[in-house]
Amino acid sequence: MAETHSLQDLQQPAVSSKVFVQRDYSSGTICRFQTKFPSELESRLDKQQFEETIQALNNLYAEAEKLGGKSYLEGCLACLTAYTIFLCMETHYEKVLKKIARYIKDQNEKIYAPRGLLLTDPIERGLRVVEVTIFEDRSIGSGR
Amino acid sequence: MKNCEYQQIDPRALSVSPLSVQTHTEKKEHRPRRKWEVFPGKNRFFCDGRIIIARQSGVLPLTLGLIVVTCGLFFAFDCPFLVEHLTIFIPLIGGVLFVFVVTSLLRTSFTDPGILPRATPDEAADIERQIDTSGSSTYRPPPRTKEILINQQVVKLKYCFTCKMFRPPRTSHCSLCDNCVERFDHHCPWVGNCVGKRNYRYFYSFIISLSFLTSFIFGCVITHITLRSQATKGLVQAIQESPASVVELVICFFSIWSILGLSGFHTYLVASNLTTNEDIKGSWSSKRGADDSGNPYSYNSIITNCCVTLCGPMPPSLIDRRGFVPPDEAIPAASASEIELPPFTTKNDANMCTQSTKDVLERMIHSSSEFNGLCPPGTPKTTPLVLEVSSVAAPTAEPSPPAGCSHQHPRRPALCPPFDRSNKSDALHSINPAFRLASPSPSLSRSTLILGDAPDIGFNQLH
Repeated sequence: MAETHSLQDLQQPAVSSKVFVQRDYSSGTICRFQTKFPSELESRLDKQQFEETIQALNNLYAEAEKLGGKSYLEGCLACLTAYTIFLCMETHYEKVLKKIARYIKDQNEKIYAPRGLLLTDPIERGLRVVEVTIFEDRSIGSGR
Repeated sequence: MKNCEYQQIDPRALSVSPLSVQTHTEKKEHRPRRKWEVFPGKNRFFCDGRIIIARQSGVLPLTLGLIVVTCGLFFAFDCPFLVEHLTIFIPLIGGVLFVFVVTSLLRTSFTDPGILPRATPDEAADIERQIDTSGSSTYRPPPRTKEILINQQVVKLKYCFTCKMFRPPRTSHCSLCDNCVERFDHHCPWVGNCVGKRNYRYFYSFIISLSFLTSFIFGCVITHITLRSQATKGLVQAIQESPASVVELVICFFSIWSILGLSGFHTYLVASNLTTNEDIKGSWSSKRGADDSGNPYSYNSIITNCCVTLCGPMPPSLIDRRGFVPPDEAIPAASASEIELPPFTTKNDANMCTQSTKDVLERMIHSSSEFNGLCPPGTPKTTPLVLEVSSVAAPTAEPSPPAGCSHQHPRRPALCPPFDRSNKSDALHSINPAFRLASPSPSLSRSTLILGDAPDIGFNQLH
């Protein structure tokens, strides 16, 4: 593993720190993240940009968990087919999660990576936090 | 976090000569491990992570056995008579109900109930930092709770010492499974799994369909015996001709009370958007009258509550059992444990290694070991099982399926132990730091540093 690690070290900039954006439970158990701008990112990112990203994520999660005719229909249909329908069909939630993954990838490419930051998809952290990795500001590719 | 000394290693030299210490890591490179293999909780996995079940499957085989045996006897002995004298629909309805019951039961048992993955070391360190900065640095602050406002109601979030995070609202740590479970209802021994956010609807459909099934079989058997005794002009003769019916009658008679009671109880819970855990603890009962109900999660409409709980969107499994462990996350776990340990070939080894590391660190913090064995809450965890078994075995000679669950009406203590134990273990955890005024916080920060430094130590030994 040491050889892999040294290769990783060569190819990627070192991680300086990580910031965790916690969940916002003020409206119950639905998935929402706090839009408060962390102070560690002040030097790297616009406050507004960050808030827009988090708000967009919150909206997407709200769409995934939305209660309405469509979700009830899906639930009832699933119950009637003894939930075998999910063997061939994706749930609405899973579809939105894919959308969220695409959105985060897009944001990383366009906004966060050029600033030396990386957003981690919350689903990889159990929907508990949005992890923002801050990379050191130094040139990559030193050494072999 | 990771040391720069690694750059001095010549990759070519290492790739040529595989060191014995590296064999286990190279094995990982050749065979990427799935996350279920390194899962820290007490669960068992089958079909390469597709099926999850609690380690103590409780009396699930008994539940399945009772259902299959009763229905088998019904189809074999009662149905021929009833088809002849009444209608063909009787076995058809019975068959449909049987299929519903078994699929719901298996779904409840084999579905991830909403387990929350444990916090990564970075997250845990971040939370520790936030807690430490809010209090004095010379002693560990008292039991860790965080108060938040949910729908204008104050809710306390507790810190879970095992999972190293603040538990989201309605989440509870199951000591039998050693996991935090979202919207934790209870740990059902009859089903052999926790009942939580993701499998509550399956559990509910299981008990409802089981109520219908037992009532249906009970009614049919009574009809059968009545018709037969009319035909043979004697009840005793009828029973002698069909002894299986008596067996079914006895099983159904004892089951019906408990299952109907349980169904009624859970229907009430669904309608008021409560969990068994909250109802037993009386979390919202004292506040009744302040709002429409003290429960901040209720939608104040029975229909909405039912729809949300039973037909709401299906949340995904957060533990990603079949995902692959990323190599850089595997390293800290591997090297944090001693290098002398054998390669990780089984899930148990990996589990024990990471668990033992964490426990060694925790034991360093809690210097007076009230907890024996590998897992800190080891002692409290074993007793609930004993209590469950005794409460199950004691009541009736023919144990009715969810007797343990249903007896929470007259005998609430039977189900309380799991909750109380988890609370007690948390309370014990939280009490300990307060008592250790001498060296709590520094040792904790040291422990997090050790977690961070371990990879360096491990890698230094590789040189």
